[in-house]
Amino acid sequence: MSLEKCKKQLETILAGCEGKRESLLPCLHAACEQCGHVSEEVISYLAEKLDLPRVEVYSAASFYSMFSLEEMGKNVIRVCVSLSCYLKGSNKVIKALENELSITAGQTTPDKKFTIEPVSCLGLCDKAPAMMVNEEVYGDLTAAKIKDIINQYRQKEAK
Amino acid sequence: MKVILKNIEKEGYDGSIASYISEGGYEALKIALKKTPEDILSELKKSKLVGRGGAAFPTGMKWEFARNSKETPKYVVCNADEGEPGTFKDRLILENDPHMLIEAMAIAGFTVGASQGFIYIRGEYFKAYDVLTAAIEDAVKNNCLGNNILGSDFSFNISLYRGAGAYVCGEETALLDSLEGKKGQSRVKPPFPTFVGYQNKPTVLNNVETLSNVPQIILNGGDWYSKIGSADCPGTKLYCLSGDVKKPGVYELPTGITLKELIDTYGGGVDGKLKAVLPGGVSSSFLAADQLDVKMDYPSLQKAGSMLGSAAVMVVNDTHCMVDLAKRCTEFFDYESCGKCTPCREGTKRAREIFINMSQAAGEATDIALLKELQDVMYDTSRCGLGQAAMNAAGSAMDKFPSEFEKHITKKNCELGICPMEKV
Repeated sequence: MSLEKCKKQLETILAGCEGKRESLLPCLHAACEQCGHVSEEVISYLAEKLDLPRVEVYSAASFYSMFSLEEMGKNVIRVCVSLSCYLKGSNKVIKALENELSITAGQTTPDKKFTIEPVSCLGLCDKAPAMMVNEEVYGDLTAAKIKDIINQYRQKEAK
Repeated sequence: MKVILKNIEKEGYDGSIASYISEGGYEALKIALKKTPEDILSELKKSKLVGRGGAAFPTGMKWEFARNSKETPKYVVCNADEGEPGTFKDRLILENDPHMLIEAMAIAGFTVGASQGFIYIRGEYFKAYDVLTAAIEDAVKNNCLGNNILGSDFSFNISLYRGAGAYVCGEETALLDSLEGKKGQSRVKPPFPTFVGYQNKPTVLNNVETLSNVPQIILNGGDWYSKIGSADCPGTKLYCLSGDVKKPGVYELPTGITLKELIDTYGGGVDGKLKAVLPGGVSSSFLAADQLDVKMDYPSLQKAGSMLGSAAVMVVNDTHCMVDLAKRCTEFFDYESCGKCTPCREGTKRAREIFINMSQAAGEATDIALLKELQDVMYDTSRCGLGQAAMNAAGSAMDKFPSEFEKHITKKNCELGICPMEKV
């Protein structure tokens, strides 16, 4: 299933790189963006196309924090927990998100809509505490702001 | 004096190729293409520019090594994997003045004899990726990249490559492995990338900020640049102020400004009562509140027992517990250790455990000595900077605030009420 969803993109990337190993990370990015994770099927497919042992593909897929072997939510909330944001209260951000979504950090909601991912510095230290939802940046967060942001995404999902 | 932010801070400047060219952009490349690579190297050496990513290696020397390497092809790689907690300067350049970087990389390519460049950009920098993608296209359209640049016989292309969330990939050899499609683990040095780099070919690897200085050095000369800021480490530096400070942000200032001036004059002062400062991110050592007169350049901070690193200046006020912060720093390194070498993989784990115990009233009298020994071993034997620097913040917190650690260990007391002081 998951391979179907991203196969076209993977083929384009692979063709652009003449099947070289350098295309592995771009392929893994595409798989995560299209299917929310890197599945067993995708690992086998890439191993074959790139002429690599499966373990090499698996090791890259499991090494980087932006790749996930388990299905992520449609909206990935990356909360910075590094020192600059921690000094400004990233703990409270995590708590507010956990309360709002009724999951703990690192988990995905049962409806697969949201994942809370504590991450290292996002380079938004002047807007600490900060987080990203997918590609959007949110700074100077408070519990109230977080409620609003989550509600915006819920409304988007409902449409 | 602005070298890097001179365009960005101008009203109405939008970072497009048209606005870049109207501010004199790509003139440096034009001039460079008429010079010999040796002339460019000599200007760079005269400028005394050193790497702004943290290691402070002389840029002119690095380029010369790559130029003199016999192997071909050669590569230019820009390290845009900004990841040191507290650092957000490269994002500013990438999103707002991408052509400055493109021009600098083309000059680097011409100087060392490379025709292919890569920008390795953090996976989480989505906007910067889009901005750079468009900027590279525009540069090609305007013949500032591609074949026979600006009518010369020099050709140079740049490919963008996204990282995927790994702090260690900011280390140059781990970055190269990642660029080759592997997991990012550091290589043994030497050989250095200028001899054996990307695909084992000679590679110049520079930080975004380092490269961004190059066009102005070409335009105004190395002597001009060497007269800005500290005499032994000249130029400007982008200081990233964050934490408990009233006006956090990126400030471009001549090197050699004091920490006090940076915080008070530019950062609007401390938010609350000052306790400590990390001048170079979590890889650097804490400075105490009485060390604010230190000059913010590489040699001065080293003398003060810390380091400038990427100039991620994090201000800490007295509402924070140093044991808690030491714990947080070691948690970061434990999470980000690539696992290749034992001292770092195991050391970061043990340090984290000990600090967690301390914060949960399970600290032991021998912990401090044990952590000190661990710090020495990790510094001496880790493969790359990550493990070598992993205990800097925690170790200096213990040195500068011994009584706080003492109270946690013997009295099982966190005076600020931050550490749980019970098993969680």
